[in-house]
Amino acid sequence: MEHKSLRRTVYDRTMRILIRVCAALTCLLLAFLIGYIFVNGIPNITWQLLSTEPSFRSDTIGILPNLVNTLVLILGTLLIVLPLGAGAAIYLTEYAQNRRVVAAIEFAAETLSGIPSILFGLVGMLFFTELLGWGGSIRAGIMTMVIMVLPTIIRTTQESLKSVPQSYREASLGLGSGKWHMIRTAVLPSSVDGIVTGYILAIGRILGESAALLFTAGSASILSSNLLQTINSSGGTLSVALYMYVSERGELEVGFAIAAILMFLALLLNLTAKVAGKKLKR
Amino acid sequence: MQAGTIISAQDLDLYYGENQALKKITMDIPERQVTALIGPSGCGKSTFLKTLNRMNDLVPNVRIEGTITYRGQDIYMPKLDVTWLRRHVGMVFQKPNPFPMSIYDNIAYGPRTHGIRNKRQLDEIVERSLRGAAIWDEVSDRLKKPALSLSGGQQQRICIARALAVEPDVLLMDEATSALDPISTSKIEDLIAELKKQYTIVIVTHNMQQAVRISDRCAFFLLGQLVEFGETTQLFSTPKDKRTEEYITGRFG
Amino acid sequence: MKRIPKGEGQTGIAPKTKSIRAAFEKGMNVLFFLCGAVAVLFVLFISVYLIVSGIPAIREIGLADFLFGQVWKSTAKEPQFGILPFILTSVYGTAGAIVVGVPIGFLTAVYLSKAASPKIAAVIRTAVELLSGIPSVVYGLIGMTILVPAIRTAFGLSSGATLLAAIVVLAIMVLPYIISVSETALCAVPKEYEEGSLALGATEMETYFRVSVPAASSGIAAAVVLGVGRAIGEAMAVMMVAGNVANMPSLLESVRFLTTAVASEMSYSAGLQRQALFSIALVLFLFIMMINAVLAILLKKGKKS
Repeated sequence: MEHKSLRRTVYDRTMRILIRVCAALTCLLLAFLIGYIFVNGIPNITWQLLSTEPSFRSDTIGILPNLVNTLVLILGTLLIVLPLGAGAAIYLTEYAQNRRVVAAIEFAAETLSGIPSILFGLVGMLFFTELLGWGGSIRAGIMTMVIMVLPTIIRTTQESLKSVPQSYREASLGLGSGKWHMIRTAVLPSSVDGIVTGYILAIGRILGESAALLFTAGSASILSSNLLQTINSSGGTLSVALYMYVSERGELEVGFAIAAILMFLALLLNLTAKVAGKKLKR
Repeated sequence: MQAGTIISAQDLDLYYGENQALKKITMDIPERQVTALIGPSGCGKSTFLKTLNRMNDLVPNVRIEGTITYRGQDIYMPKLDVTWLRRHVGMVFQKPNPFPMSIYDNIAYGPRTHGIRNKRQLDEIVERSLRGAAIWDEVSDRLKKPALSLSGGQQQRICIARALAVEPDVLLMDEATSALDPISTSKIEDLIAELKKQYTIVIVTHNMQQAVRISDRCAFFLLGQLVEFGETTQLFSTPKDKRTEEYITGRFG
Repeated sequence: MKRIPKGEGQTGIAPKTKSIRAAFEKGMNVLFFLCGAVAVLFVLFISVYLIVSGIPAIREIGLADFLFGQVWKSTAKEPQFGILPFILTSVYGTAGAIVVGVPIGFLTAVYLSKAASPKIAAVIRTAVELLSGIPSVVYGLIGMTILVPAIRTAFGLSSGATLLAAIVVLAIMVLPYIISVSETALCAVPKEYEEGSLALGATEMETYFRVSVPAASSGIAAAVVLGVGRAIGEAMAVMMVAGNVANMPSLLESVRFLTTAVASEMSYSAGLQRQALFSIALVLFLFIMMINAVLAILLKKGKKS
């Protein structure tokens, strides 16, 4: 019996090894990044850091305002983008008859998802903070984030709506329900897992966003006395605060602490998305 | 083992996980003849065919006991190079599966893989293989066109040509005409009659008329067992086993 | 009995007579259509805004001087607004990230889609998802504290904040996109092609690289283009590691990208300088639109075949 040529054997072995090395590299890279951030960040997370405002008088740094800002920004964005994105997706999958209209909307969503966040920041700044005179404020940040995450929401909702079997719709319509009733009772409940996953993805994007928020929501770290005031005034999220502390003030320890918190939240969101995807399906 | 045997299976058992799909198959496949494997679906005929060039290796959890030899060589011995085996024992599938490349590149794929780079040599192989598969006249003026642009019957002959290009010894055909129309089918049947002068052919078919038309020997499988194996004319005229008789007279399957 | 059953859907706003019901359905239709129209409006709005605000400075500076000028001195007494350094930095930086990131990502995708056992594949997939979930400022921080000092000592520079550092960070950042899009394309290759190749006596690796990869080529190309889009649009991570000086690009020099050119001066700019920043944004936008168009074509092609 002859064996395959040496050249072929070498090729086969090399490629076998190469693809494994690259895959291992990807995993090791992640493990290293997570490890590095946690090792450097967790020791710097203190109760004082989490529970106070930064103070020049006592020369301490606290990220409570940034935590609050992040939370308000995420909730505010979801509140607006939830009906908007779901509505657009419902239109595309359930109502739209005209192929051109569908193509236009899908093209728009794709285009939006490819635009770099710095450009969202720029337009958000020009329009919301300047033209509308809102100033650097959380609400300008919220509106900018709405535009930015809309395509994510539309796409994931659309995908989960499409995965609902046609027979559910026919069954519901066959029982004499109207279209909206059919959507509300037969389509939405069985696609809830995909929709929830979409929102979790959107939360992740807002959490990690910095370029688009720097020029719209600003970078202030001051606690406001009430919600309305928070929304109307400038406020930096955790990611923006990380950038400011590291780049502008050279506070690496605080930067690592925030990075560790962000990483932890990112892991948590990923896990939640997986569990939600599985649980809600049942 | 009989004289003139090219592939020989001895007490072959095959398991998919817990399920036993082949039971103690012992069979000698004669050289330069057409051997047909028949039987109702799920009887193990396709599984058996795939053990002959170890395409079953791709199925997870498959386990094989017993031996198969090809020209005296145990093809399941651990150190065997499966690429060597598959080069000599080629296969044509049920569904035509040309690669998404040009006709030329499809045929040249095998020779190139096995180290032939010379353009003139490749041209020669491509022409010879396409002639061998009786499709040269239909495609000689459009070798650079994608193979997927051809009709199903033509695609299947391209696949046969592709298999011939590596100069195999044995050609396994897994219901190679079942996805084709009657005209394409008869073209391929004619081709098989031509090919057996040079190659050993093992064909799985669910079509008994086809087995009668093209095969020299015929094996009847049932529930993972080889029920009967003999001359095709004998097997269809005077079957030895009652189950064979019931099957060929159409009582089941 | 002609009574409409009192089901769940008949409570609240759902009307009970035919004409009102039709009007209600019509209303819902319009409502959802408006939601969809919002997405289109946003895109038009952003495009128009960027174009309108980007044109004045180009007019004043002159298109050729703006695009091909090699000197950017926006705050000098006699300011110069040449953005060639930014354009080239973005192009080189992106190309570098692709050259480093694509082979690793592509080979990982081949392993993931073809050779890995389901368990290992699940682990790698999770790793890829997590990588894409790491905020860009965190990448920036890591680059700043590991990469920049390492490059400084390795090459004996006064500062390690260089194009090279940016390239490495960008390569890592595009990795998850390259992997997941190529993997999807590779998984969609029909198994029959691979069987055909194996049956001819090709090895698994020969089969994957000579049959599966060519069959998935438009999807893999789309992965690369997507990576290009991500790399060229990244701002904050690059800002933290590239040093941010308006030099013509060179691997071991401090450089400024199109994105960081906009971001770094925006907070204190005024007048023509500020308008020039909008023009840079417009150039970036045009780059992205071109990339999007290529991406759309590739994805369509991939769907067809």
